[in-house]
Amino acid sequence: MITLTHFMFISVALFCIGLYMVVSKSNAIQVLIGIELILNAAILNLVAFGKYDKMANNGQTFAIFAIVLAAATTAVALAIILNVYRKYKTIEPDRIDQLKD
Amino acid sequence: MNLTQMLFYLMAFITLSSALFVAASGSLVRSIFMFFITLFGLAGLYVFALADFVAITQIVIYMGGILVLILFAFMLSGRETLDRLKQQNNGFIGFKNWPSLVLAVLFFVVMILVVRKAMPDNLPWPKEAALLDQVIKPTDTTTGNIGVNLMTRYLLPFEAISILLMMVLVGAAHLSRKGESV
Repeated sequence: MITLTHFMFISVALFCIGLYMVVSKSNAIQVLIGIELILNAAILNLVAFGKYDKMANNGQTFAIFAIVLAAATTAVALAIILNVYRKYKTIEPDRIDQLKD
Repeated sequence: MNLTQMLFYLMAFITLSSALFVAASGSLVRSIFMFFITLFGLAGLYVFALADFVAITQIVIYMGGILVLILFAFMLSGRETLDRLKQQNNGFIGFKNWPSLVLAVLFFVVMILVVRKAMPDNLPWPKEAALLDQVIKPTDTTTGNIGVNLMTRYLLPFEAISILLMMVLVGAAHLSRKGESV
């Protein structure tokens, strides 16, 4: 029997790896991967607790919603990254230091 | 320790080690492909939480959609990104990264302590669910129930998320359009 504590420990570890990536990386794509890791940690918790809800399926339904939201986030973020690259020729968040005009 | 637990720990090890590699690797291409492994491992963990439909959704959407999008953005953003990434990342974890490492480790310790304090195995409502026979068993099929619930109980969030998806598609297509500046 796999207990809830194990799932929560794994999700905490994933969250912290994602946090490290978001804070330390100097490339927008890697920051985006870090955000995806954080979202996945949250989804793992939703799914693990959703095991105890057989009729309403709360956890699993909202895990699916969270996956869809992650896909939407990624699509918009990548469109923004492409635009930024077209204007600045770099995708490092530190070097993007100008507004439009 | 039976076979289920061994497979669970193996899957958890694969997920966490590949996630660590994603965070520590200096090469963007390698970290993207190791992220692929992380997502597969996470889908396996969802199966161990008896959420097979969510696991399949994870594989279809994350691997079919998000990873391909990330690869696209990486390829469209030129190769000077790669060179600069190589310059600043000499060493396993560079010297300028240690504040974020300290932040992540401290947060990890705090969260582990919180989880141990919260004791999720002794929560009252899972015990209640176990008494009422509401726990999903490995032999159950949950997909039909999820579909019925999506169309009845969660119809409003479902509609909201469908409208949001349409807006995101239009917005992403508008943003990535060539021609006059946005």
